[in-house]
Amino acid sequence: MTLELTLHTAPAVPLEAEVLSPARLSGLSGRDVAKLGVVYGNQRAELGEFFRVTGSANGELRLTGDLSRIKQVGAGMAAGRVLVHGPVGMHLGAGMSGGEIIVEGDAGDWVGPDMTGGRIVVRGNAGHMVGSACRGSAVGIRGGEILVFGSAGNEVGAGMRRGLIAVGGDCADFAGVNMLAGTVVVLGSLGWRAGAGLRRGSIVAMHPAELLPTFSYSCTYQPPFLRPYLHYLRRLGFGITDAMLDGTYQRWCGDAVELNRGEVLLLDAAAPSAPN
Amino acid sequence: MGSSLRIINGRVYDPANGVDGAVRDICIRDGRIAADAPPDAKTIDARGMVVMPGGVDIHCHIAGPKVNLARKVQPEDHRRDVHPRTRFTRSGTGGTVPSTFATGYRYAALGYTAAMEAAVTPLGARHTLEELHDTPVIDKGFYVLVGNSVLLYRLLQEGRREEFRHALAWWLNATKAYAPKLVNPGGDELWKGQGHGNITRLDDKIGPFDLTPSTVIGAFIEAANELGLPHPVHIHCNNLGHSGNADTTLETMRIADGRRAHIAHIQFHSYGSVAGKSHDNPTSRARDIAEYINTHPNISADVGAVMFGRATIMTADAPAVYMLRQFGGAKWVNADTEHESGCGIIPFTYQDRVYTNALQWAIGLELFLLSDDPWRMVFSTDHPNGGSFTSYPRLIRLLMDREYRKEQMAVVNQKALEHSGLRDCQDREYSLYEIAIVTRAGPARLLGLASKGHLGVGADADVTIYEEDADKEKMFAAPRYVLKDGVVIIEDHEFRADHEGRVYHVAPDYDAGIEQVIEPFFDDYYTIQFRNYAVDDRYVPHGEVVPTMQQAAAAGAARP
Repeated sequence: MTLELTLHTAPAVPLEAEVLSPARLSGLSGRDVAKLGVVYGNQRAELGEFFRVTGSANGELRLTGDLSRIKQVGAGMAAGRVLVHGPVGMHLGAGMSGGEIIVEGDAGDWVGPDMTGGRIVVRGNAGHMVGSACRGSAVGIRGGEILVFGSAGNEVGAGMRRGLIAVGGDCADFAGVNMLAGTVVVLGSLGWRAGAGLRRGSIVAMHPAELLPTFSYSCTYQPPFLRPYLHYLRRLGFGITDAMLDGTYQRWCGDAVELNRGEVLLLDAAAPSAPN
Repeated sequence: MGSSLRIINGRVYDPANGVDGAVRDICIRDGRIAADAPPDAKTIDARGMVVMPGGVDIHCHIAGPKVNLARKVQPEDHRRDVHPRTRFTRSGTGGTVPSTFATGYRYAALGYTAAMEAAVTPLGARHTLEELHDTPVIDKGFYVLVGNSVLLYRLLQEGRREEFRHALAWWLNATKAYAPKLVNPGGDELWKGQGHGNITRLDDKIGPFDLTPSTVIGAFIEAANELGLPHPVHIHCNNLGHSGNADTTLETMRIADGRRAHIAHIQFHSYGSVAGKSHDNPTSRARDIAEYINTHPNISADVGAVMFGRATIMTADAPAVYMLRQFGGAKWVNADTEHESGCGIIPFTYQDRVYTNALQWAIGLELFLLSDDPWRMVFSTDHPNGGSFTSYPRLIRLLMDREYRKEQMAVVNQKALEHSGLRDCQDREYSLYEIAIVTRAGPARLLGLASKGHLGVGADADVTIYEEDADKEKMFAAPRYVLKDGVVIIEDHEFRADHEGRVYHVAPDYDAGIEQVIEPFFDDYYTIQFRNYAVDDRYVPHGEVVPTMQQAAAAGAARP
C-alpha cells in the first residue's frame, strides 16, 4: 500500500522537507510520519501540521496538493518511487542516486542538484537550473535522467558530467553552460548562449539557434547515437517526430574557449541556412 | 568577569613557569589566575586530565577583505559544513574558511583562546576589526602589511630613516595593528606596477625604486626593533613556494644580523631544488633552515605545516598565487590591488600521492623534529594555507606519536620522502610539555603577550583541560573544559557560554610632524581623505594596547 500525504495547510513560507523521501519513511506508521521534523522558515515543525497522512510506507510515496513551497522532496533517495500530484518546490530530488520521482505538475528551480542516478519526470514546466551545478561547485549532475515535458528555465544542465536531460518545450538561456559531458536534448527552442563553456558532451536541439562565435560548424550528418536516444524519449512520451528521427543534424563544435570537444547538434531542416 | 574557580587534581603543563605535568591546583579570581580562591569557589575536578594554558595561534588568516573573498569564492565549502547555533552560540558556516562566528567557536572548541590574523592591508584594517569584533571567545589582533608601501619606499630611498620609522609607527597606530608584516617585499609592488613582474633575488632593484628587498627588509627590522614592538617584524620571505628558495630565506635571516625577526610559515620557504622534467622540482632544505634558527636566538619562526586534505591558499603574495594557480586546477582570484599590498586566493587540496604536496608535508614535520628550541619554532599550518586549524590535533599526533607518523610516511609519495630528511629524524617524539610550548607558551612569548600562554599568578585565566588519551588526535580535538578569562566556555565538551575576547594592538610613539609628510601623499594618491583613514577607538571596543618596551619602561618608572 502506498503512503499518501495530502497537503491540508499550505505553508506561508517554504518548508524544508527532505524527510519526504522513501528511504526516510520506510517502516514508519502514518502516525510516525506525521511526527517527522521539518524546518518551516526559521522554525521547527512537524509534517503532520501540513499533511494528512494515510496508508503506510512500502517504498512508494504519493504527495497531493499545491507543493510549490515544499522543498527537497525526494532528497537523497536511492530507490523507490515518489509521485507528486500538483506543483512541487525547489531542490526536487537533491542528491538522489536511484529510484524515480514523477511530478504531475510544475517543478520549481534546481531540479536534481547533485544527482548521481535515478530518474526525475516533470510533466509540466521546470524552473531554472535543472540538473545544474550548485553555486561554487564545478560539477552538476553525475548521472541519472531528468525528463521535463514542458519548458525549463535558465542554465539547464550547467556543469553536468553524465546523464540525460530532456526538455519537451523551450529552454531559456545558457542551456548546457560549462557542461563537462552528458546529453541535453531540447525539443523546443534554445535561448541565448547555449553551450557556453562547453567542454564535452552533446546539446541537441530541434529548432534554429544562434550560437556563440566560439562554436564552429563542422558537418551535417546523422549522428548514430541520436536515433536510439530519440526512440527512447518517444517511448517515454516525448513528441519525437519522424523528421527528428530521420533528419540530418548540423554539428557545431565548441566551446573554443574551453576544450572545444563538445557539440551542439541542430536539426538541419530547422536550421536557418546551412553554411557552405 | 568570571567568578572564582578552582581546578584541582589535574596534571599541569605550564612551560613558562617550568611546570611539567605536576599535579597542582589552579585558582582563578576575576578572570585571572590567582594564588588562591575563596573556599566557596566552584571546583573543577581534573583528575586524569591535562591542564594547559589556552592555545595561542601566532599566524593564521581569519578576518579581513581577503578572508572574506575566500569565503565568497567557495560557497560549496560552506554548504557541506553548516555550523548550527546552540543555546549559547551563534550559527555560521565552516569549511576551510569558516564564517567569523564559527571561526571563534571552532578555535575555542580546540582549546585555543588567542589567534593573530597575519596579513591585513592597511586600507582593510577597518573591515578586519569589524570581523574580529564578530569573532567570539578568542583574543585576537592582526599584522599590517607595510612591506610594499610606496610612501615608506620613498622615505627609505631618500635615506630618511628617522621619518621612515615615524611613518611606520603612524601606520601601526592608524590601523590599530599588532605588528608590521612584510610579504614578498618588493614583489607585490612590481607585480602591480610592472605587468606581472616579481622579485627573485634580494639584491634585485625594485622596479622604479632605488631599493632592493634586502634594504627594505633591513630597514623594517631596524625600525621595529627601535620602536621596541612587543612582536618584531613578521616576515613572509620572497620566493614563497619556489624550488631553491631556502637560500633566499637564509639570506633574509642573515639580514637581521642579531636583531629580532620572525619568519612566517617557514616550511613554504625551506625548499632546495633538483632538476625535474619540465622545471626544477623542490627538495627539502629543512636541515639548513632549522640549523640556522637553532644557532641564532634572535630569529623565531612558525612552521606553516602542510596537512593533507582541503585547504585554501590565501596570501598577500599576489605573484605567488599567480604562479600556483596552474596547480590548483579550478578557480583562483587576485584582488586588493588597489590596497597598499595585494592578495590572491586558490582553493586547494593537498594529496599524499603528489610529490610536491608530500614533500611539503614532510618538510613541515622535519622542521619541528629538527628544532632544538621549541620556544622559537612554533606551531602553525598558516591556516588555511597549509590546512585548516581544525587539523591541529592531527598535526599534534604526528609530532607526539612516532608509530602513527611512520604509518603515514608509508602511504605518502615515497620519492618525496627520499628528497626530504624526515627518515633521519623520525625517532623524536614531542612531549606534552613541548606541545604546550609550541602551541601556547612559545607563541605568547614571541608575541610579547605577558598575560598569555601561561598559568602563573596574574595571567589571563585562559585554561584548557583535556582528557588524557593515548590517541593524541582524539585528546586534542575535544577538550573537556575551556575557560576564557575565567568564564567556563566549554564544559563536558559543550558550549556553556559565549564571550567576547580582546583585540590586541600597539600604539608606538612617533613624532606628530610625520603627518605633514604623509598627508600630501594621501592628497595625491589615495581615494580616501587623510583624516578619514585612521581607524578610531570605536572599532576596538574590547581593545587593549600592548606597550612597546619604551612605554613599558616609562610606565614602570612612573609607578611609585
